[in-house]
Amino acid sequence: MSITSYYFLLFAGALLILYYLTPKKAQWILLLAASYAFYAFSGIRYLGYILATTLCTYVASRKMGGLKDYQEAFFRENKDILDREDKKLYKASVKKRQRAWLILALVFNFGILAVIKYGNFVVSNISALFGAPNDAFFRLALPLGISFYTFQTTGYLIDLYRGEYREEKNFFRLSLFVSFFPQLIQGPISRFGALSKELYAGHDFDGRQVAFGLQRMLYGFFKKLVIADRIMAGLATISGDPATYTGTYAFVGMIFYAIDLYMDFSGGIDIVIGFSQALGITLPENFKRPYFAVSLKDYWHRWHITLCNWFKDYVFYPISTSPKLLARAKKLKTAGHAGLARRITVYIGNLAVWLFTGIWHGAAWNFIIWGLLNGGFLLLSQEMEPLYRKLYARFPKLPESRVFHIVRVVRTFLFVSLLCMFDYYANASVTLHAMAGMVTEFDLAVFFNGSLLSLGLSAVDYGILLLSLCLVFFISLQQERGISVREKIAAQAGPVRVLVWYGLFLCVLLFGAYGIGYDASQFIYNQF
Amino acid sequence: MRAKKWLAVGVAALFILATLWLLQRLVMPKYMGDVVEGNFMAEYYDTEKDHDVIFIGDCEVYENFSPQVLWDEYGINSYIRGSAQQLASQSYYVLEDTLRYEKPDVVVFSVLAVPYNEPAKESYNRMTLDGMRWSKTKWDAIQTSMTEEEQLLEYIFPLLRYHSRITELTKDDFTYLFGRDLVSHNGYYMRVDARPAENVPDGRPLADYTIDAGQMEWLEKIRLLCEENGIKLVLVKAPSLYPYWYDEWEEQIAAYAESHGLPYINLLALKDAAGLDYRTDTYDGGLHLNLAGAEKLSRYFGAYLRETCGLADRRAESALAARWEENARWYDEDRIRQEYEIAAGE
Repeated sequence: MSITSYYFLLFAGALLILYYLTPKKAQWILLLAASYAFYAFSGIRYLGYILATTLCTYVASRKMGGLKDYQEAFFRENKDILDREDKKLYKASVKKRQRAWLILALVFNFGILAVIKYGNFVVSNISALFGAPNDAFFRLALPLGISFYTFQTTGYLIDLYRGEYREEKNFFRLSLFVSFFPQLIQGPISRFGALSKELYAGHDFDGRQVAFGLQRMLYGFFKKLVIADRIMAGLATISGDPATYTGTYAFVGMIFYAIDLYMDFSGGIDIVIGFSQALGITLPENFKRPYFAVSLKDYWHRWHITLCNWFKDYVFYPISTSPKLLARAKKLKTAGHAGLARRITVYIGNLAVWLFTGIWHGAAWNFIIWGLLNGGFLLLSQEMEPLYRKLYARFPKLPESRVFHIVRVVRTFLFVSLLCMFDYYANASVTLHAMAGMVTEFDLAVFFNGSLLSLGLSAVDYGILLLSLCLVFFISLQQERGISVREKIAAQAGPVRVLVWYGLFLCVLLFGAYGIGYDASQFIYNQF
Repeated sequence: MRAKKWLAVGVAALFILATLWLLQRLVMPKYMGDVVEGNFMAEYYDTEKDHDVIFIGDCEVYENFSPQVLWDEYGINSYIRGSAQQLASQSYYVLEDTLRYEKPDVVVFSVLAVPYNEPAKESYNRMTLDGMRWSKTKWDAIQTSMTEEEQLLEYIFPLLRYHSRITELTKDDFTYLFGRDLVSHNGYYMRVDARPAENVPDGRPLADYTIDAGQMEWLEKIRLLCEENGIKLVLVKAPSLYPYWYDEWEEQIAAYAESHGLPYINLLALKDAAGLDYRTDTYDGGLHLNLAGAEKLSRYFGAYLRETCGLADRRAESALAARWEENARWYDEDRIRQEYEIAAGE
């Protein structure tokens, strides 16, 4: 069930009413039932996967929690005879056993993900290496949101192991955390500590929260249906025939894809966060106007924030602070390579993060290249920091210059869009060819001679896209200045409020690319 | 204060509903240009419903029989409830819908759709179903007809289906926003132009000539519905040269009719007796008859109806006669307009 389908709207509407009619204590049970019903809609056979992950996570977390309980009881009973050293030794032995459970659960959970999502990629590459036939080895369809719930359970288990909170003892409550359906589709990736409080607490009906939630959903539908799904026709034309659509067309495709990716993903997130807000549940933000970023580093602080934080907490820090790597850095420092020693922990951690980010986005080499390029350029820009500092010292007014700021924003947008071409085209060689064509075959006339109308988008489509993008740009600009547009509208007189939101509703209703005749495109991030 | 608030909510709700209704009317296809068939189904509801004969089927009925001739020559008050590529299942529901309003003496059902069993197409579904008034029958007809990509909700709220037309609106969409011109003559689609039938291809051999049991089931349902309502059912095959009508199909339909004591007339086999000349009486090379052909066929078939179905001549009923006189004026106007357009080369 796509979250832009009529069925979802009916499902969500019915759930919202039922939710506030249900006693607060039982609201989470209703959410669990709804989440499993939603999941079953996507394919009843997939229920097994999410259940297996939940069960494995539950058993491992209970075992880890049990060990902790046992340790506490042991210390309590033997507090008079245990000295500090004994306690330390005992703690280490408990931690070791907890780690064993953690590793077991992670291997199991990631094992499912690896086989389903990456099995064929690995087998086909090995086959290619030995010249064997390249047939799909695993004929398994990707269960809805498998990457998202696997990452979420991983975070839960690691935090538990780190002792950040106690395990959830109720299997069904844990099941809700794993399967909460709005975020199951494409995130955001939540942490147990924050989300569990929201999920399990009952919520009274709050008209303002519900209205704000529904308004955000509407804005999400606008981004997804009016912009992302409309631009899709042009994108499909260019990527479907990269040999014909080279040069300027590749450039147009690059810009279209950047727009599509953001509108599709952030639109979906708006729907998810908005619906959760209507239920009284606050989910973490996933975007902070990424195309206003002034650098690649800034961009990755604004784009898919929950995934980036996840990688930072569960990949970067464990690697860069691993005892072995720290020991190696110390050795280098002693040998007089202070700079290298300082860098090695960060560099290895960073490259690992970007390698995994690339792999997470898809089982294909172009995603891996995309990830490593991001990581590589981030490190490069870090290396160039002294140069920037010199430049700013030479021209002290430059950082405050509006023009310079705009140049940096445009530069970052174009650079990010360029990297995203690895995601847009079918494979890396086609992407490189398209990139080269953008330089060698660029023809400005394409923008003025009507050629763009051959991409499957009419003049009216371009007009709708332009106006819609202007609206999103204006709203984003307000948000960037710290102004809440919804709050501002809410402060207006009743008729103005009605006109604004009804106007947006009509835009979605009339200009949305949905229904028969349009390819009911799934969210791009569903596949992850 | 509270009353004022509720009043404001009421006004806002009214405003929203009114604009949605207006927009829905605006974007729905008007079928007033080259394709007018989408209007046939709805036009029925605006007529007086005391018909002697109702024709049910696809283009084989609405392009080949002229109710005006049946009235003028035999005093038979008839109406054609047909639409483009109307499936056998849809014909059943159209008949059921008709019976909500009247019980004719005779139902003439065109059998072409029974063996053809063409897959439903969204555009044709829409032309048949959008014009039907809401009832359980329409609901069932939609459920039975929908293609995989269609959604029931889009039939309930056609704005959801036609919203994309907002960028393709024409003058017609505004002209016919609140009402459309009559396009049929008691369901008959008049065409006066002529294109002779030449080199009509033979039917290509089929792997299996057996008519699908599911399709025969719809024919059986139509028969039972007529039987329950005391209506005489007449099966016809119109004299279209194409789509090809196979002998094997003819045998199966004839056998079915015989086994249930139903009259079945293959007008294709009787085309000479009806006086049809495919050099002058068809407007599209033998697929459908033009006005000249339809009038010839109606004269021939009207005689059959009067003789075998015992239909009374109602021309003496003054109110009815007055209605038909009005119909005749529009019939002549349409004919003259088309003849003028052909002469003017438009």
